[in-house]
Amino acid sequence: MKKILLIFGLLAVLVPAYSQDQATLAALEMLALGEGSQAEILEELSDLGDPYIKTFIGGWRTGEVYSYTISDSETIVLLRVSEKFRRLSDNEIVDLAEDDSRLKKIRPARKLRKLLKTITDTIDLSSPDSKTRIDAALKLGLSQNTVYLEALQKKLQNEENEKVRLKFEEAINISLLANAEGPEALLSAIVRLGELKSLPSRDGITNIQNKAIEAEDEDLVTACTVAVGRIDRAQKTIERWGNLVRGLSTGSVLLMVAFGLAITFGLMGIINMAHGEFLAIGGYTCYVVQNIFANAFGVQSAAYQWFFWVSIPISFVVAGAIGFGLEKGMFRFLYKRPLESLLATWGLSMIMQQLFRLNFGAANVQVNTPDVLIGNLEVAGVALSYTRIFVIAFAGVVIVMTWLLLSKTNLGLYIRSVMQNRNMASSLGIPVSRVNSLTFAFGCGLAALAGAALSQIGNVGPSMGQTYIVDSFMVVVVGGVGNLLGAGISAMGIGAVDQFLQPYWGPVMGKIIVYFVIILFLQWKPGGLFPTKSRSMDD
Amino acid sequence: MNIFDNKIEFRGFLIGALVLVFLLPMLNALTSPDSFLHVSSFQLSLWGKYVTYAVLAMSLNILWGYTGLLCLCQSLFFALGAYAFGMYLVLHIGIDEVYNTPLPVFMDFQGYTELPWYWAPFEYGAFAVFAAMAIPGVVALIFGILVFRSRIKGVYFSIITQALTYALMLLFFKNNLELFGQSYILFGGNNGLNDFKEIFGADVDSASTQRWLFIGSVLLMLSVYLLVAWVLKTKFGKVQQAIRDSENRIRFSGYSTTSYKLLIFTVCAMIAGAAGALYVPQVGGINANEMTPAKSLDVVVWVAFGGRGTKFGPVLGAVVVSVLKSFFLRAAPDSWLIILGAIFIFTVLFMPNGLVGLPQQLKPWIDRLKSRKATTSPVS
Repeated sequence: MKKILLIFGLLAVLVPAYSQDQATLAALEMLALGEGSQAEILEELSDLGDPYIKTFIGGWRTGEVYSYTISDSETIVLLRVSEKFRRLSDNEIVDLAEDDSRLKKIRPARKLRKLLKTITDTIDLSSPDSKTRIDAALKLGLSQNTVYLEALQKKLQNEENEKVRLKFEEAINISLLANAEGPEALLSAIVRLGELKSLPSRDGITNIQNKAIEAEDEDLVTACTVAVGRIDRAQKTIERWGNLVRGLSTGSVLLMVAFGLAITFGLMGIINMAHGEFLAIGGYTCYVVQNIFANAFGVQSAAYQWFFWVSIPISFVVAGAIGFGLEKGMFRFLYKRPLESLLATWGLSMIMQQLFRLNFGAANVQVNTPDVLIGNLEVAGVALSYTRIFVIAFAGVVIVMTWLLLSKTNLGLYIRSVMQNRNMASSLGIPVSRVNSLTFAFGCGLAALAGAALSQIGNVGPSMGQTYIVDSFMVVVVGGVGNLLGAGISAMGIGAVDQFLQPYWGPVMGKIIVYFVIILFLQWKPGGLFPTKSRSMDD
Repeated sequence: MNIFDNKIEFRGFLIGALVLVFLLPMLNALTSPDSFLHVSSFQLSLWGKYVTYAVLAMSLNILWGYTGLLCLCQSLFFALGAYAFGMYLVLHIGIDEVYNTPLPVFMDFQGYTELPWYWAPFEYGAFAVFAAMAIPGVVALIFGILVFRSRIKGVYFSIITQALTYALMLLFFKNNLELFGQSYILFGGNNGLNDFKEIFGADVDSASTQRWLFIGSVLLMLSVYLLVAWVLKTKFGKVQQAIRDSENRIRFSGYSTTSYKLLIFTVCAMIAGAAGALYVPQVGGINANEMTPAKSLDVVVWVAFGGRGTKFGPVLGAVVVSVLKSFFLRAAPDSWLIILGAIFIFTVLFMPNGLVGLPQQLKPWIDRLKSRKATTSPVS
């Protein structure tokens, strides 16, 4: 599916050069040769909104347009593109020498040139792409030029897209801030801008407000205050939503990390301080796969875009394999010795970090974002970057898979039974040691998945795990050990609270407050949100 | 009551005390630099640093080895003590030559013209010494009340203390703290406090000052050792170890384990703070890097490597690991962290009793080797 889309995308880039709208070409040719009514042609052109018009007029003004007389009755127009003459009407290359006597450079007359400039500036207003139209409108509105004001008003009447209409209106009103005729028009423009919650106009309105205060124009001052207040409130809401999404995406990464921790701790009683390094393994796997793809296919190729999707399963497998090996070689000696396991795994984490540093350098490495994830999704004025949405969705998928694994498969049944009572499970014939290895590998794989996701929204470096490990332990403690639902709620809570506090207190104080709140929370619920129920005193 | 276990320990303590308090400083002061017996001032202050590390390790050992609390904020208390005394030192640099200001340079950079109120008392040495112990003590007390009251124990205690360390480290890396619209200057941010000139009116870098600091550190270490040895012989010490072995039983027996743990935690924080205060003039600076969670875990590895729950183990561990560190950082800087990590893992997996317990651990092997030799060697 994706491949097909990519191919279409590629075609879309290549094709337009050959399939210009015939109407556009005909109009341009008439204009260049000075045939027909200039005003009518210009009108027609500005309505067509074909991006090619801009290219052609640009070429014309820099002297790249030639006329070529084939016979007395037939003259064609040529556009010189990178030293080759191309016929305007069909874009065929015409083989001509520079000094051919029938070839004549044509340049627009001075008066026409001015008109042409207005055309090229406003041509985007008729662009078939709605986003181009919006951008062009705002740009013209902010220039506050009367010439463009007229063009904008005219286009507004023809515009059908509701969203674009609003933006056109906004642009017109911004322009009116400087060009309004009479105080009433100005007042209504300001009121309208307030209703539209237009951020770009905020500076303009405050300027008018300051002038109005000096001039003691009370109506104007109130109107401005109301408008600015509206804009600011809208802006705050947008920021708040943005923060929420950032918090949720950070929380998603935390959640994936904490899930792995909760499973390994709940199952084996091991505090894995090296868990963060498995996060780094995920990030570095993406980096390595990216380099392999770049070498094999080249950075520009369509296949290169696939590196990230390929590296996600690879990172899971790599980390899982390493985790499996470590469980066999080291962790199984540490069961039910949590304090000692904390130390040994800390040692492991130091070794792994140093190995990353020696292999990949101490600086962060760059993992690129595939084109599909570049850009923002706009919902009601809130720009949500695709990477963050992807991370949230990815975490959701991973969590559902984990839940399915634990609740619907045999392995999950084994895991839960070993978690509840290791000895009893063993005597019922459950292969405890194999379950341990597999679970630990799975936990490490989860961390690596989180690392792969993190490579899109954070840094990949040798100590990337350290920034998350303290937080993710907090998640486990707050959620209740070995409880996945608790881990989920507390990860999202900590991530969101952290991001929510940051704008008010700064990142450092935000974090400190979060930790403090956690300590206070544990006064109230020492076992976390969902404490393990047990009759044993020392559990 | 004799606080030593046996004669060997008593003699060892006495010899160690004599060597460290008298012999080494005298060799530094009285012999000529060319002499074979001379101990250079650099060496002395280096060993002074190790001694403060040893005190830090001992304080953790009281918590972890004897009470079962694996505290991961011991180096935080150490750094707090160091900062408190460093504040005194940094206020006695005098007028800076380049920037011509009586204030610490970083305050001048921030546009301060006079000392903020919370810095002012640190001009007095006595207050700074008091604060170096009191501040960690108060932090530990408040934190301890919160943590022990809700019966957070085991690994949870470790994790929470690590979070505390991490949070305060973030704070100390900042230059300013914005709180309720007020800006408070902190403690030098990234650079921390350094470039000290005088301590109690004496030149901080002079040989005699460094000698006295060394002696002070050793005396602190010896007194902490005595304190540990004494407490172990009292009922308090028995309860303490019982908390480590089975807290619930002790609670059911009617002891308030919360108060016991709180007291021990606070005292250990104060000891660590005192060690930090002695550390800072010998090293010549303190910055927030000393507060990273990794440093606290370093202390844990000293204790584990030397032998936790033993009186001498932490001292041995701190010194051996520090010496190893300074050796490897010169010989193979890239591999030091790998070696340290390997020490962690090896100690935990194969040396549960640390260096001090090693002879005991190896005894069966040696016996077997001996007996094999005895059986294989021909009877003459």
